[in-house]
Amino acid sequence: MTTETSPVPSAPASAEPEMLTGSGAIIRTLELLGVTDVFGIPGGAVIPLYDELMTQTKIRHILVRHEQGAGHAAEGYASATGRVGVAIATSGPGATNLVTAIADAYMDSVPLLAITGQVFSTSMGTDAFQEADIIGITMPITKHSFLARRAEEIPAAIASAYHIASTGRPGPVLVDITKDAQQNLAPFIWPPKLDLPGYRPIVKAHGKQVQAAAQLLLNAKKPVLYVGGGVIRAHASAELIVLAEATGAPVVTTLMARGAFPDSHPQHLGMPGMHGTVPAVLALQESDLIISFGARFDDRVTGKISEFAPNAKVVHVDVDPAEISKIRFADVPIVGDAKDVIADLTLAWAEVTQDAAPDTAEWWTYLHGLKEEFPLGFTEPTDGLLAPQYVIQRIGELTGPEAVYAAGVGQHQMWAAQYIKYERPNSWLNSGGAGTMGYSIPAAMGAKVAEPDRVVWSIDGDGCFQMTNQELATCTINKIPIKVAIINNSSLGMVRQWQSLFYDGRHSFTDLNTGHGTAMVPDFVKMADAYGALGIRVTSKDQVDDAIKLALATNDRPVVIDFIVSPGAMVWPMVPQGVSNSFVQYAKDHAPTWGDE
Amino acid sequence: MTSHVLSLLVEDKPGLLTRVAGLFARRGFNIESLAVGHSEIPGLSRITIMVDVEDVPLEQVTKQLNKLINVIKIVELDVAQSVQREHLLIKVKVDNTTRSQVLEAVNLFRARVVDVATDAVVIEVTGDSGKTQALLRVLEPFGIRELAQSGLLAIGRGSKSITERVFKN
Repeated sequence: MTTETSPVPSAPASAEPEMLTGSGAIIRTLELLGVTDVFGIPGGAVIPLYDELMTQTKIRHILVRHEQGAGHAAEGYASATGRVGVAIATSGPGATNLVTAIADAYMDSVPLLAITGQVFSTSMGTDAFQEADIIGITMPITKHSFLARRAEEIPAAIASAYHIASTGRPGPVLVDITKDAQQNLAPFIWPPKLDLPGYRPIVKAHGKQVQAAAQLLLNAKKPVLYVGGGVIRAHASAELIVLAEATGAPVVTTLMARGAFPDSHPQHLGMPGMHGTVPAVLALQESDLIISFGARFDDRVTGKISEFAPNAKVVHVDVDPAEISKIRFADVPIVGDAKDVIADLTLAWAEVTQDAAPDTAEWWTYLHGLKEEFPLGFTEPTDGLLAPQYVIQRIGELTGPEAVYAAGVGQHQMWAAQYIKYERPNSWLNSGGAGTMGYSIPAAMGAKVAEPDRVVWSIDGDGCFQMTNQELATCTINKIPIKVAIINNSSLGMVRQWQSLFYDGRHSFTDLNTGHGTAMVPDFVKMADAYGALGIRVTSKDQVDDAIKLALATNDRPVVIDFIVSPGAMVWPMVPQGVSNSFVQYAKDHAPTWGDE
Repeated sequence: MTSHVLSLLVEDKPGLLTRVAGLFARRGFNIESLAVGHSEIPGLSRITIMVDVEDVPLEQVTKQLNKLINVIKIVELDVAQSVQREHLLIKVKVDNTTRSQVLEAVNLFRARVVDVATDAVVIEVTGDSGKTQALLRVLEPFGIRELAQSGLLAIGRGSKSITERVFKN
């Protein structure tokens, strides 16, 4: 007896597309897009997806403790690398818990792919259990969103979302997938057709506009290169250094652009804005030409907009046409990718300067004078407690520029932007536009997952820390040894500073009782211990270096250092809200009194 | 403030109108009139929006609309270079003494009566807002019981089409 006598149909020459469940299609699509890490937490409407996640090996899933943590972790992952960060949540409250992170990513142009489960397509619109119209909720804070009701739609929806999130001006894109779409079988066809006729980001700038910019620069006596976060998103730092050195123009880097241009570079004047350096603030304010790359003239940078840089012409370079002339009229608008435009401008500059170079000596003499007269600095607090600026400065000095620093929001964020010296792009992560307290710990976690070989510091406040510290459990369990420095001034420090300066010292509901001379609830060292992290408390200057060194030497678990600092320390310099940048207050030794804002 | 008429070519996708309307609300711009319908290309709709803004914010509205992924093209239609029409259905009270006067007004305005009852007529009129407003003023004294009007519709004069260059590549 032989089986050969009964012919078996052979496999078809052209294989039929593989049948996958919608969940399988989600995972396969992510894999094929090159996604290797995702952050999420399961729930009813994503159980099918999680069932398939369990059996695959190509994508690392980090189980977070709160969806907001997944969102910020994906942001940190993206901001540290430029790759798309992916967060997964279930329907209803799972999805709404992602909202803050999505809004944050929208404000700071972070490429974020948010995947949410949705109730069965047959139940949508009926107020089903854990149903929320997350597409409707996130419409104002996403670059775009997709709803997949059928398994067949999933590959194209995710691939389109990934494409939109990562190109042009990056941003968050949400894909909402019904439970039945996850469960049903459909042929998996790759690559899917991306049908986006209305999406055509402009990359290459108009040559004439670049020429015009070069000509303006040639005629300028007081030029400034105003560098924003777009330069980091565009990976344009190398091009920027070439242009800056070719032109000799001073450079300022905004809060979002710290690291886009090396702090050690002699042409760097530091950060402009409300808490910028005096040279950076005044360079913009008194310039006759501002060339803006990937910056958006935020109110925290310009101060009172009608009085901002009154004598400056503006060349505004941005990949997003809607940013140009939104706040300040652009004399030369240039729509394009910063990397390409900066390179083009360098070439155009070489052409226009063939036999003439601009004379900016006088401008530099003035700026050097400002640098000498108004260096960044702080004084020891009068209450004898630790200076927060000193702590942050030492963290930067002992750790170095190869690390990643993720800050929360508030005073510690400003000090971390000021006193850590950034030498490379993507080394500074923070919530700039949205100002999301609680960003730091999950963002640091995401950065550490993306770049496990780098030291990753979370510079956090005692207020921020209490918003998202649950992700320390995620860090310990998943061996993501981040280092957390709590700059513990026992208060919501930035609000307290405004209350001190502008509200007659009426500290309304800003004391958190976590610091010196208080009930110290919670005890951050005990919390660290409870999370399986190394907890260290530092109360005096002589303990600072040892604690940082111990943290740097500990890599088998997360480290939390509770730096108990003076609640009286303030962020200086400062341009009060609503006034001209000309009124920047250096205030090294004392706080001036302002009548009203 | 000045009225501007924007014509949008958009993908006919769920939620599209919410995206457009939400953008106006969010950025603080008022929609004066809105008309939505299919275009000559299957899958694409055309939205005509009248908005009352100065030129600079108008540019911002246009740029923000252009960022919506489902918006394919936007043109501003100048009054002189386009045909602009609105469509009204007006229910007017009539009796034996007023009916002939109402019908006379209808004829003068080249409007039409599309429904007749013993005590009312429904009048249909198409035109630019100057004409439709004038008719409404004439009918007002008789008693307007109900009024339904479309958003402004507009299309450029001449042979050009806003869809022309969209799908070349």
